[in-house]
Amino acid sequence: MLDLHGYGWLLFDGLQLTIAVGLCAMVVAILLGLLGSWGKLSDNWIVNLTANTYTTVVRGVPELILLLLVYFGAPTLIQSIATSMGYDIRVDINPFIAGTLTIGFIYGAFATEVLRGAFQSIPKGQAEAARAIGMHRLKTFQRILLPQAMRFALPGLGNVWMVLIKATSLISIIQLDELMRKTKIASNATHEPFTFYLLASFIYLGITLVSMMAQKRAETWANKGVTR
Amino acid sequence: MDFSIVWQYLPLLLQGAWVTLWITVVSLIIGLALAIPLALARLTKNRLISSPAYLFVLYFRGTPLLVQIFLIYYGSGQFRLELTDLGLWGFFRDPWFCGILALVLNTAAYSAEIFRGAITAVPRNDIEAGRACGMSGLLLFRRITMPKAFRIGLPAYGNEVIFLLQATSLVSTITILDLTGISRQLISKTFAVYEFYLTAAAMYLVMTYALVYLFRVWERRMNGHLQDRVVTAPR
Repeated sequence: MLDLHGYGWLLFDGLQLTIAVGLCAMVVAILLGLLGSWGKLSDNWIVNLTANTYTTVVRGVPELILLLLVYFGAPTLIQSIATSMGYDIRVDINPFIAGTLTIGFIYGAFATEVLRGAFQSIPKGQAEAARAIGMHRLKTFQRILLPQAMRFALPGLGNVWMVLIKATSLISIIQLDELMRKTKIASNATHEPFTFYLLASFIYLGITLVSMMAQKRAETWANKGVTR
Repeated sequence: MDFSIVWQYLPLLLQGAWVTLWITVVSLIIGLALAIPLALARLTKNRLISSPAYLFVLYFRGTPLLVQIFLIYYGSGQFRLELTDLGLWGFFRDPWFCGILALVLNTAAYSAEIFRGAITAVPRNDIEAGRACGMSGLLLFRRITMPKAFRIGLPAYGNEVIFLLQATSLVSTITILDLTGISRQLISKTFAVYEFYLTAAAMYLVMTYALVYLFRVWERRMNGHLQDRVVTAPR
């Protein structure tokens, strides 16, 4: 039988943090995705350019580099700006917040593309009809566009989530005690790295499988009124 | 912000970028060689062949690459005696071998899924036409199914190549001095944190979009006959 030398709970703690970071980052990613897709579909060229630069740059640079840049680069940048203005401050970023924001920021770019596609696949007549019965823009968005876009976006957002939750393993590099780092601690203490990394990989696989099933159910639910 | 320090170490960074490209290309070639048999194994009706292939693909797509790298590099240490007896310890002690092995298995799993989808998407008519000309079995596969599947799968495969290029940055965690690794090393020496990371990010950006461009050109060459062309009438 698998002997974890009492380190099983450590991994369980790590798993909780992994899921917490993953969910928070997903919320950030969807919010940024909504903002980004609005920017991409906007007529204002400055907004448009900003959104396009965002997705182009983020999708062209490895997550690890972006993560290191935010976690180690941002504080030093702020400090050196402060020093040049005559202040002496020390900036420390909380690894949970840095990890969540960076992962959210990166996958926000992928969510932007998904949501842009979703908004574009809503027939134009829908918004026109909403306007014709007197809804103003915010209400149209809230009642007509968003619910329909979410249905189109569901498969894509599900994929973003599955890549995102795996990417959270990277934040172990910035010393956040999530699953990956707890695994490292356990494997160093027991000298059984294979056992623990294999177990960690099965935990991630479990998250993926559960997510796949949830996605399938969500899609059936969202398409209830359509496919019958 | 002082980028002159980056200028001083630019040759080292370029060397790191070269390592990144080298690892990408080597993993791609070996990964592709594994992906096609894997895709075919996934498609056979024999469960004894298709289920191991399915489990392989599920495992490598369902777990983070970082775990896979650590499992191979650090995990192999647990079997040091056994591996030494088999004469394999020399390989598993080497971060290059472990890093490339993890990348190869990972990209093989993702590419196998792409090619499996592409093979099932080959139009029935094409295969029937091949049959009508008297081809069957391997000949039909080599001349009709595979070339068509490759054209169908090319855009998705291009995306996978770009993901792999970025994923190679993870091998820096097992001491390989690729572009990310060399940047981290230079930062611990010079403390110029964001200067080096920003430069590395820019270099990755250039490599990524160069690859995107190459794949677009290649796609146009391969699928050009299928694209709508604007025919302008002579005046």
